[in-house]
Amino acid sequence: MDDETRVVVNAFQERFGAELVEFRGEVTLVLPPQQIVAAALAARDEYGYNMLMDATAVDYWPAQAPRFHLVYQLYGLGHNRLLRLRVPVGGNAPVVPTIVPVYPNANWKEREIWDMFGIRFEGHPDLRRILMPEDWQGHPLRKDYPLGYEEPQFSFNHEQILSTKLHPKE
Amino acid sequence: MGEFEAVHDVNIEELKHLVSERALRGETMLLNMGPQHPSTHGVLRLLLELDGEIVVTCIPDIGFLHTGVEKNMEAKTYQKAEVMTDRLDYLNPMGNNLTYCLAIEKLAELDVPERAQVLRVILLELQRISSHLLWLGTSALDLAAMSVFLYGMREREIILDIFEMVSGARMMTTYIRPGGLWRDVPVEFEDAVRDFLAIMPKRVDEYEGMLTTNKLFLERTVGIGKVCAEDCIRYGLTGPVMRASGIAHDLRKVRPYSGYEQYDFNIPTRTGCDINSRYLVRVQEIRESLKIIEQAMNHLPYGPVRSNNRKYVPPPRSELGTSMEAVIHHFKLWTEGFTLPRGAVYVATESPRGELGAYLESDGGPKPWRIHMNTPSFANLQAMPLLTKGHFVADVVGIIGSIDIVLGDCDR
Repeated sequence: MDDETRVVVNAFQERFGAELVEFRGEVTLVLPPQQIVAAALAARDEYGYNMLMDATAVDYWPAQAPRFHLVYQLYGLGHNRLLRLRVPVGGNAPVVPTIVPVYPNANWKEREIWDMFGIRFEGHPDLRRILMPEDWQGHPLRKDYPLGYEEPQFSFNHEQILSTKLHPKE
Repeated sequence: MGEFEAVHDVNIEELKHLVSERALRGETMLLNMGPQHPSTHGVLRLLLELDGEIVVTCIPDIGFLHTGVEKNMEAKTYQKAEVMTDRLDYLNPMGNNLTYCLAIEKLAELDVPERAQVLRVILLELQRISSHLLWLGTSALDLAAMSVFLYGMREREIILDIFEMVSGARMMTTYIRPGGLWRDVPVEFEDAVRDFLAIMPKRVDEYEGMLTTNKLFLERTVGIGKVCAEDCIRYGLTGPVMRASGIAHDLRKVRPYSGYEQYDFNIPTRTGCDINSRYLVRVQEIRESLKIIEQAMNHLPYGPVRSNNRKYVPPPRSELGTSMEAVIHHFKLWTEGFTLPRGAVYVATESPRGELGAYLESDGGPKPWRIHMNTPSFANLQAMPLLTKGHFVADVVGIIGSIDIVLGDCDR
């Protein structure tokens, strides 16, 4: 870890109670969920991490506390350094504050997380499903969501499969 | 009506917060563009709010090509999951393979031999050229320049033939593997690439001759779809879009991978921020890629193309008849796969469209616990409302073309 990153890490540990994880030269700070907006704001305005490159989530089911981790990749265009923020959230239907006011491009990324993991973002301007159809049930990237399959249709079972299928008209 | 009842109207209630006040009063018109529309480069639906011919807002609706790539990859071993990466951005399969392999190599601390590194660079730059050629053809076609498309496809075919020669597949290559390459390139490879390098600069001049000073093309591109440097940063726009707004940011330079630091090339930038600047940046990138390929071909070392670490890389076929260890490694790798140490890494490469990232998390098992592909099309498409505001409907088509989206990349 270089000196500049060390300064950021120390400040975040002091101000937001962040926990440092270093692995393969990548710096990760684990933050409590209520601190994420303040931490993102500090990273952007005080430490020059002006771009949000990626936001995603990880499901640790069957673990419940915390079940999910939110993962944010911040990048500073001026100083060319990366910083990862991780936010553990517990329960099956967690709610986390949104960071759209800080990084506008978190909009779609948070919509994707809501769609795929069922994590709600409080204060998000447009929290609709993004990849799945709007009337979809469930959140596919959760570990308790089955991968699912469709039975291949051959001539011998074609009729049978067709009879069990829902028709859009019905 | 009868048959057509299934086609439902746009539900204004759900989108109330995205359209302007005037749409609610019925003063502006909401118009669906897509999902089946040739100029949307895939299955993209845009909901346009129009004031006459002028776009007030544009609401992109994606997900029509969502195939659950990440879910599928998490259910497969690391080797099998690589096949899925080809299908993300189908104009950049080599780059997707590389991003995924770099993540594995970083997590496993796996070495890659020098020859494999150089061959990776050659293939990636060929891929960049082929992607830019398809972009050049289709986006010029959107602006009614027919012939560029035919010329662009002609040269792209040469690159696809080279890919077929090395990997057996024109598009879904899966040629770059963790620890190196699938196998060494055939002997004809060098001549094929040299031939390509010989003809290509003249062909790029040809494209430029058709477009760069073409008055019709300039009228459709200059000053259209502007996005300033600050907005590029705010919205996380990367790649040629960012470089056309004056920011010289290229991951091959700022965070080099696969030995890009050894090559001498420039980052083309423009300050026009519009469609025309993006066109000029991409054409210049083709020339820079040719430079990189030439340097790499001149310094292509001999040696192995796969790591010798048998815990991750299968032994060569020839050893299977003579070595018991080789048989055991082969069997283990192709049945249960390899395991990676617990931990998470994020690696990013410069795809033809922008920053392509892979977030890979391992729980110590043979399958990725979490793999997330951070794709440039997804990031760039998000800025559509910004880019299209105040332009004509006809220009929306040109703007979509200029950000070079691939819906497979966007929807995953």
